[in-house]
Amino acid sequence: MIRFLLGKLAYLIPTFLGITIVAFGFVRLLPGDPVLLMAGERGITPERHAELSAQLGFDRPIWVQYLDFLGNLFQGDFGLSLTTKKPVLTEFLTLFPATVELGLVAVTLATLIGIPLGVFAAIKRGSWFDQISMGTALVGYSMPIFWWGLLLIIFFSGILKWTPVSGRIDLLYFFPNGTGFMLWDSLVSGQKGAFLSAVRHLILPAIVLATIPMAVIARQSRSAMLEVLGEDYVRTARAKGMSPFRVISVHALRNALIPVVTTIGLQVGVVMAGAILTETIFSWPGIGKWMIDSISRRDYPSVQGGLLLMAGVVMLVNLIVDLLYGVINPRIRHS
Amino acid sequence: MKFAHLLAASSLALMAAAGAHAKTLVYCSEGSPEGFDPAPYTAGTTFDAASQAVYNQLVEFKPGTTEIAPALAESYEISDDGLEYTFHLRPGVKFHTTDFFTPTRELNADDVIFSFMRQGDESSPWHQYVAGITYEYYSGMEMPTVIKEIQKVDDLTVKFVLTRPEAPFLANLAMDFASILSKEYADKLEAENRKEDLNNAPVGTGPFKFVAYQKDAVIRYQAFDDYWAGREKIDDLIFAITPDPAVRMQKLQAGECHIMPYPAPADIEALKADPNLQVMEQPGLNVAYLAYNTTVAPFDNPNVRKALNMAMNKEAILEAVFQGTGQVAKNPIPPTMWSYNDAVEDTAFDPEAAKKLLEEAGVSDLSMEIWAMPVQRPYMPNARRTAELMQEDFAKIGVNVEIVSYEWGEYLKKSTDPSRKGAVILGWTGDNGDPDNFMGVLLGCSATGDGGANRAQWCNKEFDDLIQKAKVTADQAERIKLYEEAQLVFKRENPWATIAHSTVFMPMSKKVSGYVMNPLGKHGFSGVDIEE
Repeated sequence: MIRFLLGKLAYLIPTFLGITIVAFGFVRLLPGDPVLLMAGERGITPERHAELSAQLGFDRPIWVQYLDFLGNLFQGDFGLSLTTKKPVLTEFLTLFPATVELGLVAVTLATLIGIPLGVFAAIKRGSWFDQISMGTALVGYSMPIFWWGLLLIIFFSGILKWTPVSGRIDLLYFFPNGTGFMLWDSLVSGQKGAFLSAVRHLILPAIVLATIPMAVIARQSRSAMLEVLGEDYVRTARAKGMSPFRVISVHALRNALIPVVTTIGLQVGVVMAGAILTETIFSWPGIGKWMIDSISRRDYPSVQGGLLLMAGVVMLVNLIVDLLYGVINPRIRHS
Repeated sequence: MKFAHLLAASSLALMAAAGAHAKTLVYCSEGSPEGFDPAPYTAGTTFDAASQAVYNQLVEFKPGTTEIAPALAESYEISDDGLEYTFHLRPGVKFHTTDFFTPTRELNADDVIFSFMRQGDESSPWHQYVAGITYEYYSGMEMPTVIKEIQKVDDLTVKFVLTRPEAPFLANLAMDFASILSKEYADKLEAENRKEDLNNAPVGTGPFKFVAYQKDAVIRYQAFDDYWAGREKIDDLIFAITPDPAVRMQKLQAGECHIMPYPAPADIEALKADPNLQVMEQPGLNVAYLAYNTTVAPFDNPNVRKALNMAMNKEAILEAVFQGTGQVAKNPIPPTMWSYNDAVEDTAFDPEAAKKLLEEAGVSDLSMEIWAMPVQRPYMPNARRTAELMQEDFAKIGVNVEIVSYEWGEYLKKSTDPSRKGAVILGWTGDNGDPDNFMGVLLGCSATGDGGANRAQWCNKEFDDLIQKAKVTADQAERIKLYEEAQLVFKRENPWATIAHSTVFMPMSKKVSGYVMNPLGKHGFSGVDIEE
């Protein structure tokens, strides 16, 4: 197990270094620079531009800037945001809980609905249930998130008035000493109605963010299940006269879930990407919205720091999934 | 972080004490403030959250106008040579008492000097109180070269000594960067070695005091009981940050907020039709234009520029791009600005005459670029569509147009290149209501060259003499005359095609009363009431 873990970790280091280059290079490859955007229509003389660039350290050779960035990184310093002048890490940590909360609820929702959907579709292969659920999954997979979010808001918040339009909780409630996880904060606050308000605010963004992962998980579960159902040991189990329920739940499902777990792990990256649009529509104060703002302002330190931290989170989750995979699939662990 | 939590925690108790009776106004703002110190920033979103709510200036714009009125300075005198401005501070002005700061004294001259010198004096410990901070407006308004020194005459009298007469100086002092901060608070922060909190937890003299900011989500303020101009009618002011205009509209309609800025142009009819809402509108203090490069042939010939302007159907652009709102522009300054010359006759739309004029100028088979901005701005909802309409119009007089665009930062930069080919669509929103802020900044000789805002590269001696003279003339009537004449020269020479002045809309609940739209595009909530 330890060798397995070390092997995985050895992969992470070059990956992480690669990501620092991508994160650092990406925002600098985009045309435009923060000084120009700050000056706006008024324009800026070449002298003043040079002066400001020097003040921000952008006049140094690019590789010096990169090494500087890397050196600071090893000391845990992600730099200061050009916009707010606050440490990038502080900004990230302030906003991260909102994204985690939304992401976790979305992945849970996607899993709880996606797996049964896929499993039943496999069992009833070719039936109307199979056709409809897999058709829906395909539609969900190709759904433009922005449009879908707006549609849900107009229908459920605008016309039916069932859910609030945007935000994390009613403005009445305010937990300044909270953890940033609104469900938890509202629950422990003991304030009447707070938890319910947080849940109501979470419903639409979670559905929107869960749509694509749900479709992927359902389709993956179906095909994994179909494969397992064709295996000899399932036929043997059936031949032994086991109840169909036991055959599926004990013999088929456990084995079918192995590839599904990997899929769920990969969805973390999808959810991070989806958060960018979902958070923007629902005014959700998380990492995705922050990244969009930072990119449009060419806030180099925020973009590179934010990308790196997000990549770190995705890598960590994938590592955990890999380990989990080893646990549920002995073949991997022992190979 | 800890500090912010702490202060917010105690404020919560306060807010809870105010109880259910508190009158709360919720504003669905369009973005997050960059910080709460207005001086280092240039974005209106930041000014709304910082200076408009929390701070005052020595002089301010009268609500709804660009007229200067006394504020923290009760009165002022300008010396005859225009070089000395003496301000008499209002006695008894209190700074906010908050959970994180209790002032021991009232506003005095030290606060004024501190507020300016931290921006102007590079040796001040506050000049770089956070690494990489810059004061773009202070330098943009030429303060470093205009202000010679600021003297404390006595506790309630401050004298600004200038290096040259500068007529727009007073208007500059009403701008957001000139907000007056508390020196006592700054000293406390410096002593506690947390200067950066000047940008996180503001203390001012303004109508609302800052309570808490949850990043990218909510800003909370409370009415300041001891506000020098009288306590506000509402108790709490909340900014609910909502970047998407369609979502802002839904929130307004659902009653989750009471007032919102920047509706999508296409939604205005629906908002007006909502029985629970009212939509205020006001001509924006702005202009959208197409700037030719007047140093490159054949656009160096005024008749060629005139011919193109005659070929442009501006009414059609107004209809298609501005949804029929706003008005066609004939001058470089908007009609709501003083010195607007209504006697100027716009170049008539006449493609036939345009064709002839072009022939007379000896220009045939002309191909040109029109640059379309990649972003939406308050003065220009859709530059690409505007460029397409111009392309059609120009094709009718035999001019072939290629539309180009660049990323916004690149666009801003490349469009100032003196050797640029092609005409540029751009615009401007006024900073301080002074005509020099349009004509001097955008069309003066000093603004030509690489990096300057004069994208037409137009340096006309007759025009420049007029606006330079107006800039140093103190007499308002005399200034008006000079600017009126300058507008005639501008129209004769046609360095731009003046496209339009847009209308700004502000949808709000019918329960809201007392809101006055700000011609400079800011959003302040002093004087607003809400029916419960």
